[in-house]
Amino acid sequence: MTATSNAQPTRKAKAPDRTVRFRIKRCDGPGKPSRWEEFDVPVQGGAGANVISCLQWIALNPVTVDGKRTTPVVWDSNCLEEVCGACTMVINGRVRQSCSCLIDDYAPNNGDVITLEPMEKFPVVRDLWVDRARLFHTLKKVRAWVPIDGTYYQGPGPKESPENQETRYTLSTCMSCGCCLDACPQFTLQEDPKEWDRSFIGAAAISQARLFNMHETGKRLASERLDALMGPGGVSDCGNAQNCVKVCPKNIPLTESIAAMGRAVVFHSLTKWLERR
Amino acid sequence: MAQQRVIVVGGGLAGLAATVRIAEAGLPVDLFSMVPVKRSHSVCAQGGINACNDVARQQGYSEYMHFDETVYGGDFLADQPPIYEMTHWAPRIIDLLDRMGVPFNRTLEGFRDLRLFGGSLFKRTHFAGASTGQQLLYALDEQVRRYEVEGKVTKYEFWEFLWPVIEDGRAVGIVAQDMRTMQIRAFRADAVVMATGGCGLIFGKSTNSVICTGGAASRCYQAGAWYGNGEMIQVHPTAIPGADKLRLMSESARGEGGRVWVPRKKGDTRDPREIPESERWYFLEERYPKYGNLVPRDIATREIFDVCMQGYGVRGENQVYLDLTHLTREYLDRKLGAILEIYEKFVGEDPHVMPMRIFPAVHYSMGGLWTQFVPKDDGRGLVQGDPRQMMTSVKGLYAFGEVNFAYHGANRLGANALLSCIFDGLFCGQSVVTYVRDGEFHAQPAEGLGQGVYDAVVAQETRKAQRLIDSAGSGDPADKATNPYQIALELGQEMTAACTVVKSGPRLEQCLGKLAELRERYWRVRLGDAAGWTNQTLSFTRALGDMLVLAEVIARGSIERKESRGAHYRSDYPERNDAEYMKTTIAKYDAASGQTRLEWGEVMANLIKPRPRTYGKTEGKADAKGEGKQAMAGAGAGT
Repeated sequence: MTATSNAQPTRKAKAPDRTVRFRIKRCDGPGKPSRWEEFDVPVQGGAGANVISCLQWIALNPVTVDGKRTTPVVWDSNCLEEVCGACTMVINGRVRQSCSCLIDDYAPNNGDVITLEPMEKFPVVRDLWVDRARLFHTLKKVRAWVPIDGTYYQGPGPKESPENQETRYTLSTCMSCGCCLDACPQFTLQEDPKEWDRSFIGAAAISQARLFNMHETGKRLASERLDALMGPGGVSDCGNAQNCVKVCPKNIPLTESIAAMGRAVVFHSLTKWLERR
Repeated sequence: MAQQRVIVVGGGLAGLAATVRIAEAGLPVDLFSMVPVKRSHSVCAQGGINACNDVARQQGYSEYMHFDETVYGGDFLADQPPIYEMTHWAPRIIDLLDRMGVPFNRTLEGFRDLRLFGGSLFKRTHFAGASTGQQLLYALDEQVRRYEVEGKVTKYEFWEFLWPVIEDGRAVGIVAQDMRTMQIRAFRADAVVMATGGCGLIFGKSTNSVICTGGAASRCYQAGAWYGNGEMIQVHPTAIPGADKLRLMSESARGEGGRVWVPRKKGDTRDPREIPESERWYFLEERYPKYGNLVPRDIATREIFDVCMQGYGVRGENQVYLDLTHLTREYLDRKLGAILEIYEKFVGEDPHVMPMRIFPAVHYSMGGLWTQFVPKDDGRGLVQGDPRQMMTSVKGLYAFGEVNFAYHGANRLGANALLSCIFDGLFCGQSVVTYVRDGEFHAQPAEGLGQGVYDAVVAQETRKAQRLIDSAGSGDPADKATNPYQIALELGQEMTAACTVVKSGPRLEQCLGKLAELRERYWRVRLGDAAGWTNQTLSFTRALGDMLVLAEVIARGSIERKESRGAHYRSDYPERNDAEYMKTTIAKYDAASGQTRLEWGEVMANLIKPRPRTYGKTEGKADAKGEGKQAMAGAGAGT
């Protein structure tokens, strides 16, 4: 593809063909020391190169800038369209998907450097691949599903206003990538699964609890979801840093979700307290 | 009595729907996936899911017409009873997904909204924004998570399927590898459901996700399952060219009013916004006044390819405009937000104001593992619960979703894939349950079989992996000829050039030669990583060997099918030839020689007789005056 400057309302001037230096933090496995390796990758300007295509080039030519032959870099990926959430990593200090990270934006000049590191709040499996099992565990904890009777035909679901649908759709585009968790000061690395339920659950699961509490049938589990968000590790552990909403690639209103669920939890605990009396 | 269980391989729509259905019936399910199932390739489906609905019904549409469109769209190559059943089930599937909480777009009154899609003149496509596949997948993922919590489903995520365990012609388990620890072990099961999707990676860059190598299907094929209509590969007309993959630009962009055009003047370098209407060639609208931009994919792809080959591509390159700029921002964001965002993110241009530049890309495999079906006595639909529905040629080994060859014939209609995946899972999932509970082997559960049959397959796969690991110490590390990533690159280029939009006998023969060369190099392949922990190079290279086998199936099918039908276009045989080729190509693998043998299978065309598939084509030329009808432009824009 060619790109001419005047024809493109949002793109800057065409980047030249150039060499971009990749600094990559590597690690052979859990408990192993980390090390940095650097690669010079040729990039064609205006051709849509992204971090993925550069990592693919390195896999084909795994030689560092010192001329040392190394192994292809290990990283997690799947759809490459920023809709599966797999290829999340820390790029130039900021957590995001690597597929939508365009080199023409990040490194427009010859010799520019791009730094790749694994996410910080999840245990490293190898190189840039981290273990995000905890994220899926939190979805179980907040019962993030609609409790239907079964899959046999029973007619349509509840009618819904377009406004409610639009809010639910936005919340439902969460791809469990973990950006909001990696950027959150309250969400900490926990290698031991036994610690998961005592440590802050994070914005993603709180927002999912809101999503399912908004659905007519989903509401049947609302009380259980709020129970899961009470106490240590629950919604009140949020420190209001608001990093989550800044890094969310899908622009999900996570702070709104936290506020809504915070209020619901307070109301829920008051009601419980009154019922006990 | 021994506990019977079922293995499902693949956690996309088909695999998850099957898991839910089988677990609900009380059989424990072990679910295997190379990625957390929520990240499966189904998330990439954008546009929607087809089903007859109350509004369309009152306009004269019916399940039977959906059936007819699907048969006609597939150019009469698909067996008809399964399509009949699927299209008649479709409305119930939408209702079920609705109950699961899928945020389908709503009308003002709160009903499910509908959009227009390719191959139909009725609005019959349900959608959730422009990420319908993602939303459907999440709904099923959530139901499976619920069963996981209840102990009915055990997930094995980041486990790669390596080989089916087959004893006396019957699938009794699988061998798989943990992609992190690299442990290889066997799992027993009384039935195995393959729901492993397509094989786009064989073509290098495609719209598919990186796990869509076709490796799992190829392994089943090499273990004795037959493969049907391999040559039928769908090339989607509208994708965004990229350095790492070709990203889909959904058909819904045209369904909501998007128009495809090129400048009438070759090599016109003007800003597209400055080119007046009369100097734009809306070639699809002109050539197909009735369907306009919504002709089926194979046709749109060939037309786009054709105008570009004639030199009319935008700025002389292989790209045409897909234009949404005549629609309002509010309308576009509500109906197509997610895909416009993708375009803007990856191309850096705003499609609200600039026409998008797109080109066709390999997208879907209509072909796949050959599967059986049992029609009702009158041929209208399938016998519910019969254990053979979508069972491969190996007993107890099923194939659901894109990995099978059913439903779509020679070309799949847009928004029918999500339907066929979920239909397989729900309808044929029940067949799995009957097979396990009452089938011919129900008295001999896999749990009671000797360990030897499993150990033998584990040993075979361990040897295969070890040979590849050992190669890391051999040969010249800088030799490109034996670099697995280089071999894959050349495979993709060759297959895209020879086996996609336009095929010909001589070019296909040349392709077979190239495949032989690549296979020879593959035997000398050298891994760049000998690690015994999370070795992705091993996984990739092993799949590459299986991709080479499947590539040959695709090429040989393309050679033998000396006609043009649906997505398969032969420039040396440009006409459809029903007398000789309204038949299924069935590939069978000879394990001893490593050879693929092709046979022909009958097509059950019992309800709709073949008719010419023209979609009302007329002749349109670039130099004609801009009189092209705007049949579909702006359709639905007022809703």
